[in-house]
Amino acid sequence: MRQMQLDPDARRGLSLISIPFAFSILLLAAPLMILLAMSVWTQDFLTLDRTPTLDNFVEAWTDPIYRTLMLRSLKISIIVTLVTVCLAYPAAYYMSFVAPNNRKALLIFLITIPFWTSYLMRIFLWKVILGFNGVINGSLMGLGLIDQPLDFILYNQLAVVVTLSHAWLPFAVLPIFVVMEKVNRAYLEAAQDLGDTPFWRFIRITLPLSMPGVVAATLIVFVPTIGDYVTPKLVGGPSGLMIANMIEVQFKNANNAPLGAALALSALLLVTSVAGIFVWLNRRYLTSEGAA
Amino acid sequence: MIELSNIEKHYGSYHALRDVTCHIKEGEFFSLLGPSGSGKTTLLRTIAGFEGIDSGSVVIGGQSMAGVPPNKRPTNMVFQSYAIFPHMSVAQNVAYGLRAQRLGKTRTTEMVTEALGKVGLAGYGERAAHALSGGQRQRVALARALILKPKVLLLDEPLSALDRKLREEMQSELRHLQRSLGITFVLVTHDQEEALTMSDRVAVMFEGEIAQLDTPQALYKRPASKRVAEFFGAMNILKAEILGLKGGIVTTRIEGLGVAEIPLGPEADTHGGNKYCAGVRPELMTVLDDGESAYPKENPAIVTDVEYRGELTYYDVKFDGSDTPVVVSMRNTTNREIKEVGQKVRIGWENASAVLLLEQT
Repeated sequence: MRQMQLDPDARRGLSLISIPFAFSILLLAAPLMILLAMSVWTQDFLTLDRTPTLDNFVEAWTDPIYRTLMLRSLKISIIVTLVTVCLAYPAAYYMSFVAPNNRKALLIFLITIPFWTSYLMRIFLWKVILGFNGVINGSLMGLGLIDQPLDFILYNQLAVVVTLSHAWLPFAVLPIFVVMEKVNRAYLEAAQDLGDTPFWRFIRITLPLSMPGVVAATLIVFVPTIGDYVTPKLVGGPSGLMIANMIEVQFKNANNAPLGAALALSALLLVTSVAGIFVWLNRRYLTSEGAA
Repeated sequence: MIELSNIEKHYGSYHALRDVTCHIKEGEFFSLLGPSGSGKTTLLRTIAGFEGIDSGSVVIGGQSMAGVPPNKRPTNMVFQSYAIFPHMSVAQNVAYGLRAQRLGKTRTTEMVTEALGKVGLAGYGERAAHALSGGQRQRVALARALILKPKVLLLDEPLSALDRKLREEMQSELRHLQRSLGITFVLVTHDQEEALTMSDRVAVMFEGEIAQLDTPQALYKRPASKRVAEFFGAMNILKAEILGLKGGIVTTRIEGLGVAEIPLGPEADTHGGNKYCAGVRPELMTVLDDGESAYPKENPAIVTDVEYRGELTYYDVKFDGSDTPVVVSMRNTTNREIKEVGQKVRIGWENASAVLLLEQT
């Protein structure tokens, strides 16, 4: 009986994690299990055929529609991530290395201002900006640069990329900024003292030491982008639809939850494998970061 | 080698360097010594090029350094935190500064091996930077700077992060390295012992000013002011009244000791209404045994405290007619007995025991 008794530390630890643990069982593990079960069943008009089968996965991976959507999601996510991180890096660099210390808090505050508006509101604002009679077309026509409104700037993949990049930007700036703040300024001085011009100092010291932040930002942007379905639905038009939109369609309009589940799990697998590569990269960079 | 002339530097309203002028000779081990906030690190960083100055000039090896960035100066620095690049191996760290020289792989490897050997880290090249101890990091920082063969090596409190034993070891090692390489070393330290043991000359700094610049011996024997005197080892500070000055000898009445004729130091200036006090080192006075009279002057005193430290005994004594406690240290030789508290003793001293010190206002 004695072995069953927990020491006070373990008991306290268990009581501390029990609530989040229950939370994640109920809201994460359980739905995932249901999804997994669902994906091997078959929808038979109004009833579910519970004989296990891999037909849904075969369909998800062979049907050209799903494959196109999956690849498009991957492509858009990669572009969004690239654009976001490339825009976020200089912003973070400015905040960390250029801005005076007493200005940093203000800049972080400014970065968070977009969050004061709801995400949906911001998407609608992009519709207003990019639309047929929108701000861009209006301005260009007003300036006499074009005779007719440009129709290639809304309801396509470009609009999705623009909208999502704008939405994720603060999330990408912050992790890069945090890592940059931790870079010991003595490294920069040492590099310059050893003969580096500011350009070489950036290439050899600042860039490699800020990589963990870049990897974190990449993950933070990439993972939710692949699963996003609101933005493509609102600004993407038919050519901008992504895999998540198809999953939604399967669950709702098409009434084929099992196929939707198989598609969802396939997308999850895709995200996990990409994320796995980045986590591995991150760990490789993090091992050298312990030294101060 | 390094000419610093009339350097002024402000951080906002804070006056960091006040009219600093000094000349550092080629091949010498020069130390900047002072408490924190005295401007010694600022001065070092000024030489390295990391700090701009308001006025004055820095000339290294005959060339003005005005507008010359750190990467173009003939100086290299060992940083207080060592700043070993964490994402590189030891060899990559040491080879860092060689990039611009485009030496090729074999030549670079040769030079790195040689540099690591010089600092006693042969065979450590492939180690990751974070797998090093404090002392090893310091050696890597040293090798990384020395591989570039700088005219001047700047060291910013390089030993302060090491434990006592390692620090003492590194002190003598740095000294040997400096002698064998013949490079000018400029060391910043707040440790007076470190400055005394390692340097050819020491500049003592207070509040952004060089208070005194001299050899370690001269600084210890003839400090110019009370502040400098108190910074180096123990010094009894006694009130002094100047009675007269003749031929470079000042006649002074020192509290408790009486009249002494003290040779005037080169920096001292008895004109201009400066206030002076007298300083006497504990080891330059002697507690006389009965019948002993080895000193030209002696004064009666009473022992108020005894501190036995093995090789030495420290006595707190009070001279008759004075309330200021005075410390006298005695070497514990075979036939000398330890005095007791309350015992009446005679304290022997001579004119050369005392120095005249400028009192800061």
